[in-house]
Amino acid sequence: MRFKIEARPQPSARMAYLSPLIAVGLTLFTGLILSTLVGTNPLDAFYAFFIAPIDDWYGLGELGVKAAPLMLIAVGLAIGFRANIWNIGAEGQLAVGAICGGGLALWFYESSSVFLLPAMIVAGCIGGMLWSSIPAFLRTRFNTNEILVSLMLNYVAVLILSYLVHDPWRDPSGFNFPESRLFTDAASLPIILDGTRLHAGFIIALLVVALGWVFVRKSFVGYKMQVVGMADSAALYAGFRRKHMVWIGLLAGGGAAGIAGISEVAGPIGQLLPSVSPGYGYAAIIVAFVGRLHPVGILFASLLMSLLYLGGESAQMLLGLPSAVTGVFQGVLLFFLLAADLFINYRIRREPAVSPIVAATAADTEVTP
Amino acid sequence: MNDVLVGIILATLGAGTPLVFAALGELITEKSGVLNLGVEGMMLVGAVCGFAVAADTGSLWLGVVTAMTAGAFMALLFGVLTLTFQANQVAAGLALTIFGVGLSAYIGLEYTSVALTGLQAVHIPLLSSMPLIGPTIFSLDPLMYLSFVLLAAISYFLYRSKAGLLLRAIGESPRSAHSIGYPVIRIRYLAVLFGGGMAGLGGAYLALVYTPLWVEGMTAGRGWISLALVVFATWRPARVILGAYLFGGVTILQLHVQGLGIDLPAQLLSSLPYIATIVVLVLISRDINTIRLNSPASIGKTFHPGA
Repeated sequence: MRFKIEARPQPSARMAYLSPLIAVGLTLFTGLILSTLVGTNPLDAFYAFFIAPIDDWYGLGELGVKAAPLMLIAVGLAIGFRANIWNIGAEGQLAVGAICGGGLALWFYESSSVFLLPAMIVAGCIGGMLWSSIPAFLRTRFNTNEILVSLMLNYVAVLILSYLVHDPWRDPSGFNFPESRLFTDAASLPIILDGTRLHAGFIIALLVVALGWVFVRKSFVGYKMQVVGMADSAALYAGFRRKHMVWIGLLAGGGAAGIAGISEVAGPIGQLLPSVSPGYGYAAIIVAFVGRLHPVGILFASLLMSLLYLGGESAQMLLGLPSAVTGVFQGVLLFFLLAADLFINYRIRREPAVSPIVAATAADTEVTP
Repeated sequence: MNDVLVGIILATLGAGTPLVFAALGELITEKSGVLNLGVEGMMLVGAVCGFAVAADTGSLWLGVVTAMTAGAFMALLFGVLTLTFQANQVAAGLALTIFGVGLSAYIGLEYTSVALTGLQAVHIPLLSSMPLIGPTIFSLDPLMYLSFVLLAAISYFLYRSKAGLLLRAIGESPRSAHSIGYPVIRIRYLAVLFGGGMAGLGGAYLALVYTPLWVEGMTAGRGWISLALVVFATWRPARVILGAYLFGGVTILQLHVQGLGIDLPAQLLSSLPYIATIVVLVLISRDINTIRLNSPASIGKTFHPGA
């Protein structure tokens, strides 16, 4: 008897939902084994990673603070990923969103207008879209690979932000630290839960997730994007313009990342700094996949990924583990997910030593004279 | 003047060499029809493992070998995912980079303030005393010589050997190669592992020769630039090395522009290599036929022998 991997007649819908859970379970298991190996009690590690960070209201607020940018970006990216448009430049689009929205806050520093904050969010969104329109334009006009262009622009965007806070936008009374002035109240997102840092950006993120759901489920464009991703030639035959899909996919990702950027600087950070994101733009790629490129899945996946960030910080404080383990587990989680996804399209079958069909035909020939 | 020129040439070669290794490795991987976007992660893990072993044992060469092994091990993860588990190559490559960035930061924590003496240049007797070409061709570090040898070996392998022909055939049409009995998956595994080993070697060059120290995220996008180089070179080894030195030159340029007293913000100069990468990608991809003719036909597509 041996095992054989064979194609399923139809992709398994059940496996598509189970596979992220399996991946999370296996990641957890790996973490427990690793913590035992480095001499930490697995229960202590589990407590430090998953319970301690969220055992009070403040912790739950932090969960939302970190989940907000992740779900925002992931919902935007997923729209492109569904059509096989690989925008991996969210980190840079986030930075440009922070620059554009934050620039507005510094420009109208004296203003206390109620329109300042909405204008900043719009500016952030437009900034992210502008940055993602570069790979979109180069891809549609010159056929340039959007993966490499969007990734290269991450480095450029972060360098521009660094230049701005080191020189022209530096706080004049900030002892030469590379940071801008603190945003005024009129330019900051209000706290929505007393005693925490949870800010209105979380509500914006939830709204964008809802919007993403409408786009994916209810709109014709969303449907077309999915067809392009699943069967390019069928989409071409139906007359869907590939170029439109590239633009929509990249602009959705860039706009969402831009909003995430301005929400970060107008929310928990409160000013422009050389670094405004601990890799949200990359982690959101994992969130999008673990969430099955579906807005509801992404909502849950972003909470999980947020917990992974918080867990890393808490493990550093409680167990002295370096916070770099967060990055390791992010990668491991995606590995397991991709491996488990095999079983959506394939299944493992036990195969008898002699195939039954061969045995049957052999018996037949013996009986007939 | 001569000294300045020699300095610029040597610095350019040094900045280009990690890209030569990583891009040549990725070229072989892509020729087999597999797109591994995890070069950045493999380079980083190679760099940190090589540096750690060299710092602990005092043997630079043991460090180099470790770096290659570590890179190949990372590539094995990618291979298992994409070749055995049929995962999407783009997603698996991104996962490998994210994992590699995290893992290298974790491993490297204890080594961030360690100093090493890097590999020293080998002066070839007599030849190295010639003006200009002496110091720039005959007094290089051993890994740079290795990069020339590897370029020659890879060019020969791809275009003059039967095994190279088979590799290219698999990249063009895995179905046909499979139907006449070649083990497509096994050969793709070898190509992926080779790519990982080379990326590790590129990382080792950075951490053991070029800087030589370990800094978190020290590759600074060189893995991604290597991927762009393969496209820029239209999948030809000799052009990879030219492209790599071109990028090396751009990297060095930013330092010299500052030296010449031209007042441009440092951050904008630092973004030059990334902008240059985009520009050359646009120039080379502009003509869709160049890419279509030269890229391996099956690149990025999963292949299941039984289906």
